[in-house]
Amino acid sequence: MKTKRIIPCLDMTEGKVVKGIQFKSFRDAGDPVEMAKKYSESGADELVFLDITATVENRPILLDVVRNTAINVSIPFSVGGGTRSVEDVRQLLLAGADKVSMNTGAVKNPTLISDAARQFGNQCVVLSLDAKKVASGQWNVFIKDGTVDSGLDAVEWVKQATSLGAGEILLTSIDQDGTKRGFDIELTRVVSNAVTVPVIASGGAGKMEDFVDIFTKGNADAALAASLFHFGELTINELKRYLEANKILIRKTYEQ
Amino acid sequence: MLTIIDYGIGNIGSVANALSTLGISFEISGDPVALSRSQALILPGVGAAGVGMKNLKERKLDEVIKQKIAEGVPFLGICLGMQLLFEWSQEDDTKCLGVLKGKVVKFEKEKNIPQIGWNKMKRKTKSEKLKVLNGIKDNSYFYFVHSYYCIPEDRSIIAGETEYGETFASLIVKDNIVATQFHPEKSGSSGLKLIQNFSKGVL
Repeated sequence: MKTKRIIPCLDMTEGKVVKGIQFKSFRDAGDPVEMAKKYSESGADELVFLDITATVENRPILLDVVRNTAINVSIPFSVGGGTRSVEDVRQLLLAGADKVSMNTGAVKNPTLISDAARQFGNQCVVLSLDAKKVASGQWNVFIKDGTVDSGLDAVEWVKQATSLGAGEILLTSIDQDGTKRGFDIELTRVVSNAVTVPVIASGGAGKMEDFVDIFTKGNADAALAASLFHFGELTINELKRYLEANKILIRKTYEQ
Repeated sequence: MLTIIDYGIGNIGSVANALSTLGISFEISGDPVALSRSQALILPGVGAAGVGMKNLKERKLDEVIKQKIAEGVPFLGICLGMQLLFEWSQEDDTKCLGVLKGKVVKFEKEKNIPQIGWNKMKRKTKSEKLKVLNGIKDNSYFYFVHSYYCIPEDRSIIAGETEYGETFASLIVKDNIVATQFHPEKSGSSGLKLIQNFSKGVL
């Protein structure tokens, strides 16, 4: 059977990895290519790069990071941030990304999803979505790095996006991001149950139990974390041992 | 020379990067003449069967691939590059190369499609026969991204199987043909080992 995936997330700005809390107050965490290499050798199942302050000027820096990562890393990775056009997707794939995630660009122009899926295949189109609770059992999609309420209902949006061809959902809870209070289980479960593509849960991981919960109660296919791994609070293999002991199927990347 | 076949589809870069990491020399080409001179071929592929076959035909690569395989040149097909070897794919109702007898069908039993992620491969044949699996433990994990899988008519060519709702052929070895449903170029050290084993038999 397929395993659950553990994915370190590298949030970048101007070619450096940074980490914020609830999308604010960032601190420096290191060089993206070095970190990608380290993670791929120490148990990560996949990597996610997000250029959180993507601008046209920063594009060449991002493409350089992608190229260098592709040469040095032999596990899959996705890249996102500022993806607005099929040409942006093409450039990232050509530079060596396996998947490209789109967020604000897809909300503003949903055909970006279908155009990219038709040209490059569903498997490389990841819908990245930042959700915030607006009422009990209801989450809205926020765009522009979580600053603007798009008014879209998160569940309706993932249904639309997958019908347009998104092959995977990267679901970030704005409420939980950086708080270490645990993933948003309810949100993840509702979204996972609404679609047939895999859902990567993001935002809020603080301890190993949170990962068990998001897989068993949240129906997530993969779990993403940043600061937990970046600042050495937890190694991926420690986490995988714990998950295995709790009967979660993982790819064993350590010796017995 | 080992040639990665460029047919305008999929992520050729990742296969090239894996070969570079291993220090194996190669060329990337979509030219039938270059392919006809090649000593080993890799057909990578992420994407749809319909577009894949259309591109192979437009570039006149279908015939040269069949010819090279018939000549006994070592051939590695990856993902879509494996599926295109069969006679027919349910994806876009596509007539494929027909080098191997059998068909390609869509997953039906699992809710989550495509299968995206790491899954185990269980060996079906004796390991000593399979040079391509030298140094790779049974039940190793490989990285998969696909919605369709191959059903070969001759089940004896199945060298490895994987479970995803149903049991499917994830590795096929027949004479000079090696074909993987998973992406060895994205499967960490086990995948790199497989590519190295394939290339060793070649160069």
